[in-house]
Amino acid sequence: MTIDILWILFIVSNFFLLGSSRLHTYIRVISLQGFLLSVLPWFSEGPVSGHIVAMSLINGSTKGILFPWLLSQAIRRAEVRREIEPFIGYGSSLFIGLLGLLTSFWIGNRLIPPTATSVFTAAMALFTLFVGLFLIMSRRKAITQALGYLVMENGISILGMALLQHDPVVVELGILLDAFAAIFVMGIIMFHINQEFDHMDTDRLNQLKD
Amino acid sequence: MNPSSLLCLLAAWTLSPLLLGIINRTKAVFAGRRGSPLLQPYHDLLKLFRKDLVISRTTTWVFVAGPLAGCAILGMSTFLIPFGGSPSILRFSGDMILFAYLLGLARFMTVLAALDTGSSFEGMGASREVQFSALAEPTLFLALAGLTLSTGELSLSGLFSANSTLHRGGMAVPLALIAVALFILFLAENARIPVDDPNTHLELTMIHEVMVLDHSGPLLGLIQYGAALKLWVLGAILWNTLWPFSTGHNGADAGIALVGMMGLAVGVGVVESVMARLRLLRVPALLTGAGALALISLIFIARL
Repeated sequence: MTIDILWILFIVSNFFLLGSSRLHTYIRVISLQGFLLSVLPWFSEGPVSGHIVAMSLINGSTKGILFPWLLSQAIRRAEVRREIEPFIGYGSSLFIGLLGLLTSFWIGNRLIPPTATSVFTAAMALFTLFVGLFLIMSRRKAITQALGYLVMENGISILGMALLQHDPVVVELGILLDAFAAIFVMGIIMFHINQEFDHMDTDRLNQLKD
Repeated sequence: MNPSSLLCLLAAWTLSPLLLGIINRTKAVFAGRRGSPLLQPYHDLLKLFRKDLVISRTTTWVFVAGPLAGCAILGMSTFLIPFGGSPSILRFSGDMILFAYLLGLARFMTVLAALDTGSSFEGMGASREVQFSALAEPTLFLALAGLTLSTGELSLSGLFSANSTLHRGGMAVPLALIAVALFILFLAENARIPVDDPNTHLELTMIHEVMVLDHSGPLLGLIQYGAALKLWVLGAILWNTLWPFSTGHNGADAGIALVGMMGLAVGVGVVESVMARLRLLRVPALLTGAGALALISLIFIARL
């Protein structure tokens, strides 16, 4: 019951990402997802272990605070405020999101991990992955694509947490470290792209000539 | 026939313009004005019904039939709506589908009458109206499907009756989502603010108002009364979803439902006062979002 509220917040936040154009909204929503992820481990069965506390703290501090902070720094330096003219419009994005939601529930209900804390875990992970991938594909700005990458990473974490009792925490930490490095590097690269070309539209990068 | 059902039907017919008055008064209070009297919509309707009719020579009988049929169809839809714990007068399995299509038929008649004028302007309004309602209708069906699935009842009266299982434990979250979706639908279908501004007469942004520009006198009165009835029926469905409880006493239930409807009207007034109208291009996103909420709750209900 309580975990349902968490899932619904996840779905609604994913739809917010699909339908919004302001980069600050994206970052706030992604920060919210980070905090939701930090609550998630507490729903796993069994006694409270060190793993759970560690995962909760690390997720909350990195995805809830550190990544959003790094990204808003990148936005401020690159001076972009909103995604203009995505490849796929916001209304169509929402509609495709609905189809994605249905598909991921259809697949996810056949893929329930035996140790999952909720029947929706696999579906939610797939949907979040889908939204992340879709953001990367359909948006023009490099920064939105980096944000999509982060959303995808959230999807992987959801799946990871469902298997927390059997998976070593080390794997989770490894993924987080990768994500951290990626966000860090992307922040720097975005700044340089912006310096060099006065814009961040990745689709125009294929016209580069030497 | 249940006498309390008949009373509720009469309440729908007589009190629906009052909701418009309450909305306008709420907006006036927010703006720091005194506002028009609560009964102003009734005076407006009476004034319109006393007026003469001006009909353009380019129009055909469809122009007159549109408002007549529209108002009659919306009047029919009030027969299907349970209110304050008493069942509706007309009820059968699947009457919710009839209800949804009565709303669709009323809209179709309005659109036909608008197109009959031959004005490109009204054609634009008609096009917008059907575009947005094409997005709003799936939301209504998804919400009703969610409610049906959670109770196993196939009629609106059964769904919202006192012994329906709508409010057993564990359903609160999906039901709240359905209520939010229905509220957005309520605002969109009644041409209220985030979607359409009922006060505006700026051609670029109008949706509903632009379709009725050529109607005058009693025909305009019928259109406005029909709009009030639509506000009432959709509001009643929303209120039934929000407040499924029963005190066991018919009078008390009806009183609570009446207060609830007024509360909804105040809510609409507050939304109109604190929000700006959405850009026209963003409206489909809002409606798809409402559909998404209804779909999410449907998925969660299907699991429970």
